[in-house]
Amino acid sequence: MSVRRVLTTLTLAVALCSVARSQDLASFEKRITVKVLPNGLTLIVCERPEAPVFSFYTLVDAGSANDPQGASGLAHMFEHMAFKGTSQIGTTNYPAEKLALAKVETAYAAYDDEYRKRVGQDAAKLAQLKKAFEDAQAAAEKYVIPNQFSEIAEQNGAVGINASTGEDSTQYFWSMPSNRLELWAYLESQRIGYPVQREFYKERDVVQEERRMRIDSSPTGRMVEQFLATAYVAHPYGRSGVGWESEISQVSATEAEQFHKKYYVPSNIVIAVVGDLKASQAMPVLERYFSKIPAGPKPTPMTTVEPRQFAEKSVVIREATQPFYLEGYHRPDYRDPDDAVYDAITDIFSNGRTARLYRSLVRDQKIAAAGEGFSGFPGDKFPGLFAVYAVPLPGHTPEEMRTAIHKEIDRLKNEDVTDAELERFKTRARADLLRGLADNEGLAHQLAEYQTRYGDWRQLFRELDKINAVSKADVRRVANKIFVDSNRTSARIEFVAPKAPAKIQGGAK
Amino acid sequence: MSHLMTRYRWTFAAVFAAGILAPHNLLLAQTAATLSKPAATEVRPWKKIPIPPLHEFKPQQPKRIQLSNGLVIFLQEDHELPFINGSILIRGGSRDEPANKVGLVSLYGEAWRTSGTMKTDGDKMDDILESKAASIETDGGSASTSLRWSSLKGDFNDVFASAIDLLLHPSFKADKLALAQHQMDTGISRRNDDASGIAIREAVKLVYGADSPFARQPEYATVGAVTLQDLKGWHDRTVVPNGMIVSVSGDFNSAEMEQSLRATFEPLPRGAGMPAEKFTFTDPKPGVRFAEKDDVNQSNVLIVGLGTERRNPDYYALSVMNEIFSGGFGSRIVQDVRTKLGLAYDVQGSFGASYDHPGIFYVLAGTKSVSTVPATKAMLDEVERLKTAPPSAIELAKAKDQLLNSFIFHYDSPEKTLNEQVTLAFYDYPSDFLEKYKTGIEAVTAADISRVARKYVDPSKLGIVVVGNQAEIKPALDTLGKVTDLDIAIPPPPGQPAGKEQPPTPR
Repeated sequence: MSVRRVLTTLTLAVALCSVARSQDLASFEKRITVKVLPNGLTLIVCERPEAPVFSFYTLVDAGSANDPQGASGLAHMFEHMAFKGTSQIGTTNYPAEKLALAKVETAYAAYDDEYRKRVGQDAAKLAQLKKAFEDAQAAAEKYVIPNQFSEIAEQNGAVGINASTGEDSTQYFWSMPSNRLELWAYLESQRIGYPVQREFYKERDVVQEERRMRIDSSPTGRMVEQFLATAYVAHPYGRSGVGWESEISQVSATEAEQFHKKYYVPSNIVIAVVGDLKASQAMPVLERYFSKIPAGPKPTPMTTVEPRQFAEKSVVIREATQPFYLEGYHRPDYRDPDDAVYDAITDIFSNGRTARLYRSLVRDQKIAAAGEGFSGFPGDKFPGLFAVYAVPLPGHTPEEMRTAIHKEIDRLKNEDVTDAELERFKTRARADLLRGLADNEGLAHQLAEYQTRYGDWRQLFRELDKINAVSKADVRRVANKIFVDSNRTSARIEFVAPKAPAKIQGGAK
Repeated sequence: MSHLMTRYRWTFAAVFAAGILAPHNLLLAQTAATLSKPAATEVRPWKKIPIPPLHEFKPQQPKRIQLSNGLVIFLQEDHELPFINGSILIRGGSRDEPANKVGLVSLYGEAWRTSGTMKTDGDKMDDILESKAASIETDGGSASTSLRWSSLKGDFNDVFASAIDLLLHPSFKADKLALAQHQMDTGISRRNDDASGIAIREAVKLVYGADSPFARQPEYATVGAVTLQDLKGWHDRTVVPNGMIVSVSGDFNSAEMEQSLRATFEPLPRGAGMPAEKFTFTDPKPGVRFAEKDDVNQSNVLIVGLGTERRNPDYYALSVMNEIFSGGFGSRIVQDVRTKLGLAYDVQGSFGASYDHPGIFYVLAGTKSVSTVPATKAMLDEVERLKTAPPSAIELAKAKDQLLNSFIFHYDSPEKTLNEQVTLAFYDYPSDFLEKYKTGIEAVTAADISRVARKYVDPSKLGIVVVGNQAEIKPALDTLGKVTDLDIAIPPPPGQPAGKEQPPTPR
């Protein structure tokens, strides 16, 4: 490292530290209160009184990877159902509705048994059972006030009402005026503790439309689903998160209830609230609502570990859509001591116009429109992939992308990265952390995630120590460890001209 | 229209979001709806939860400064983080570019920054800025182009100097223009891979006209026609102080910042700038337009017509109507098409309002091929119901509650307040537009909504676009009206044979 480089680095570090005094760990210690309730639920309150609003982030430490065998897509299906109301919300008469819903399940089970019969299925009986199932649904529907849960939130000024299901976790979030904190605590504790699986089978249709949109009708969606299914032989990361069509079209409300019972226990949930609140006033309110949720045993950790890959695998899709290339290498989970080294490789490969893949594939060789590498796909709670993709320019092929990417990977294995690259990574990590602190939503997300992953939100700030410790030798060592042929899975789309002429005398008949 | 257009972006980030599945990708706004009467047995504990008055909050307004050469400056101090962000908005955008060079402004926005300046080329600028975790970026939009920068407060002087160097001494380079052209060509070559992208593109063309500056698409020929001279000419014509708004926010002292900005911008001489053009708009012809995609199992359906402008006095009533129609979970189309019928995951709509031209009235859904016709009919029924079913008292109250209770989110950060003022100034709207909007919403009655629904919603002035797999669509689309096939074939680059749907060779 040249003297000049050391100096500039030092000045920059000092600049970042001194100006950011009000945004360091010590300042957040003063503004953050954490409480673990007797039922095991963790609450985090962070005071940020910039405007009279707050955001929350509820993180359930279970995602698509926890879908039961034969019921892929169930975690995501349940996430949809978490907007369908509770025993108090969305019903005109819960005791009656409960009985009606039980009849729906009985009727569905009977229909499903006949439907799945491999030998001797009786068409007339099937039709009759289907009719009984539909009648039972109609009877239960009479008690439903559709979408009342979301409506109460919306009418009270909630914005950004949404949720997402990843492989690793499921999260719920929105923002609201701060005088609605107690109302929110009621709504959120209700849906975690007492959700009702009403209109389940209609929502199952909606979820299948989501699958058609994201996967079936999208060339890259289809490719990525096949890529993951190929990369994994044992671990659920290889299963479709939205669910295989045959499975997501056959899950039942009973299964969704079982999933909730197993995974939505308070000890498996962290909730962060950030904004115009005082912990001394807010915490007792939150406690009042969330401590009523019954405790349950923390789910047992997954046993499956993806076995070591010993041969390269590949997916080749030949169709009349534009070419694409993607590859991935297995890496350890986020607790690995080298976790920050993967971040360094991601940054050096992908971040901005100084990134290696941009400069090599896009700027200099002029063969790709974009190229990036990134870590932890499709998740990082369990061993995920370091993935690299490139989008060929017209006239260029996936094979050229592969060759160019491998050249960059070899460089990483055989030569040290430069001082400038490593410093840039560290500086940007610092600045990115800072930039994320002035935003209720982002902060709530980060606090809940770090609390879940490390048992302490402070790790959000301590992560910088791990980043600062990354050396050139680390990058080279890790690159040599994971970027080996036998650890690779690749997927590509090869363009094949359509056989029939594209002109179809069509809709106009 | 902005809502519809933001959906249509060529991005690969979405590809890898495969693991993230959201239940409602439409819920950017809020909502209202019909609600069955509470039965006697229904308890509503949430009604008893106290809602204290909201804390007193006066959003800090940015300081506005107008220079003698016409340049407008907005300053917004925000000391929470040690950063300073700036933006220069420049009048003139893709809607003003020549028809035979569609793509020019987009290429300009890209190559301006990547080329750099006489003193520091773009690559060198990347090195310098990224080592400081700072950025300077340029962009080409529909009505404007922009130059934005962001850095730690301590780096402001250096980064600002580079930004101004880029503004005043750009050096457009042939290799960077070629790079930007290659990237646009890639977008063109891939635009028929995405069914929803096709539907939105064709719908926008149907509403505004295929050749309208608000709808036309870059093609290989128009992108290839753009020269370095075009970029320079565009820059010299538009970068004039009387066509620019400079806004700065962050951790600085306004008096000092004002001094520094005055010293920088006051010497710039006025110029002709981009003349305001008069655009004409006509309603789309009714009927169904169909584009075939044989590799999908879901149809993308769009029903579209002309929307309105925000300065329309009926904008308030239309906004409330929007909430009732499509504002979120409780809205009529979501309740019906998604929740009740289970026909779509993504269903949304809006009577769109833009600042200086009519927005787009649209209703959109993705539905399995076989339910294309029933879903479209359900969507049309809801459009018709806007006219025939006046809002109930509950619907009206909920829609207004949603708009008013969430109003704080229009100005809950200094950055939002600043951006609002910049936008209003750019389109020459009064600076108190947001307050007037609030008052306007409060005053809307059920009769107002019935009146605007009758006045603006006209099913005979709506067109339908369907992109889907024809073999699977049963009943056939002609049950919806006359069907016209859309030709979505990508015109090949000049000199290459047509009809091959194949990646062309690089120019």
